[in-house]
Amino acid sequence: MIRFWRTALLILRKDVTIEVKSREVLYTTLFFAVSAILIFSFGLVKEGQAPPDAAAAILWIAIAFAGTLALGRTFERERYGETLRALLLAPGPRPALYVGKLLGMLALLGIAELLLVPLIAFLFQAALISRPLLLFALLAGGTTGFCAVGTLFAAMLVRVRSRDVLLPIVLYPITIPVIIAGVRGTAALLAAPPDEATAVMWIGILLAFDTVFVTLSLWTFEPLMIE
Amino acid sequence: MRRAFTPLVVLTAALFAAAPVFVAQAPYESTMGLVQKIFYVHLPSWVAMYSGIAVCGLASLLYLFKDNKTADCYAVAGAELAVLFGAMGLVTGPLWARKAWGVWWQWDVRLTTALLLWLIFVAYLLVRRYGGPGSEKLAAATSLFGLATAPFVYKSVDIWRTVHPTTNVVPTLAPEMARPLALCIVAFFALFVLLLMLRVDLAYRQVALDNLYLAEED
Repeated sequence: MIRFWRTALLILRKDVTIEVKSREVLYTTLFFAVSAILIFSFGLVKEGQAPPDAAAAILWIAIAFAGTLALGRTFERERYGETLRALLLAPGPRPALYVGKLLGMLALLGIAELLLVPLIAFLFQAALISRPLLLFALLAGGTTGFCAVGTLFAAMLVRVRSRDVLLPIVLYPITIPVIIAGVRGTAALLAAPPDEATAVMWIGILLAFDTVFVTLSLWTFEPLMIE
Repeated sequence: MRRAFTPLVVLTAALFAAAPVFVAQAPYESTMGLVQKIFYVHLPSWVAMYSGIAVCGLASLLYLFKDNKTADCYAVAGAELAVLFGAMGLVTGPLWARKAWGVWWQWDVRLTTALLLWLIFVAYLLVRRYGGPGSEKLAAATSLFGLATAPFVYKSVDIWRTVHPTTNVVPTLAPEMARPLALCIVAFFALFVLLLMLRVDLAYRQVALDNLYLAEED
């Protein structure tokens, strides 16, 4: 178990070191997320006012789109350097490789969300931060579910042609339940007064999905990565 | 398998010939009247779709963990049938909803999640079609996630309050409605098995052809 986590953390440290040096994925992802927010605000705003639930939807759409971009880029880097094969050849539990990659994605999207939430709260006058703990639980649950599936498929797709098209095709239908739970939970927090019971219910559903998704991914990662 | 084929064709044809008679004889539902009869097509379509998902998911498990190539043939056949019967369910549903609820589509939990489940298996086929070499395993993983989502879709009507009837309807159906329904389910299932056999056979031949090409190249 110690060896498992040590390997996972090593992978995480490798990804963080590369990212801190180039900041490529973080900057491009953030820029893309902000552009997505702008596009959706044009679609939803009427007479200078967005509908009350819009902030929740826009936040999660931005996370999902930006997350897809980040997943693609992170593994494109591995493919370009032919390093994924080396990682797979390295002695050490294979699922630890998955966990390390997943933690890296979570850290990246976590930083992006740290900037997106205040930005959306500011642009849409949304009381997103009125219940910080519940919002944190929703974001953590939603991002974990999304990244758990995303990391598995992005790693798989490294070897497949037309990977840029196939990632969203596979990822969105599977993760939409997670996004729905995130949007509905966040919308419940935006209601006046915040509907905490509903938010907690959605957090429970997120937890259930996270458990299923992470278990299934850990279980299938090894047979999937064998050539 | 092949010897069972002709009797199965005859049986399926007989069932599909008998089904309309039984459906016509079933009593009208008190509030919806004639339009409720679409139920005898709608529910069996979904039963067949879930069968396709079960075949595809379980075969994918075998393929992923035991590297069983035969199972992969079953998986692709199951996925195609899941998409086919799912499409029938998604067409008959709105036709019924237009008369019963007054709208073609309602964004309720059951309808949304059923559409999602169908999309997962469309994604499975897209991955296999356009993914190129190595995409079979990716597709197999997709179907496992589909299999994990399926019970959630089935139970969703009991968890949330939706406009769609709950899973409680079928067990409590009046016998004169339950009998034609059972016949339709058996008919659809026979059609499902028939198409599955045909499609698996086609997949076998494709694998054999690929192997011949490979042997020729070597």
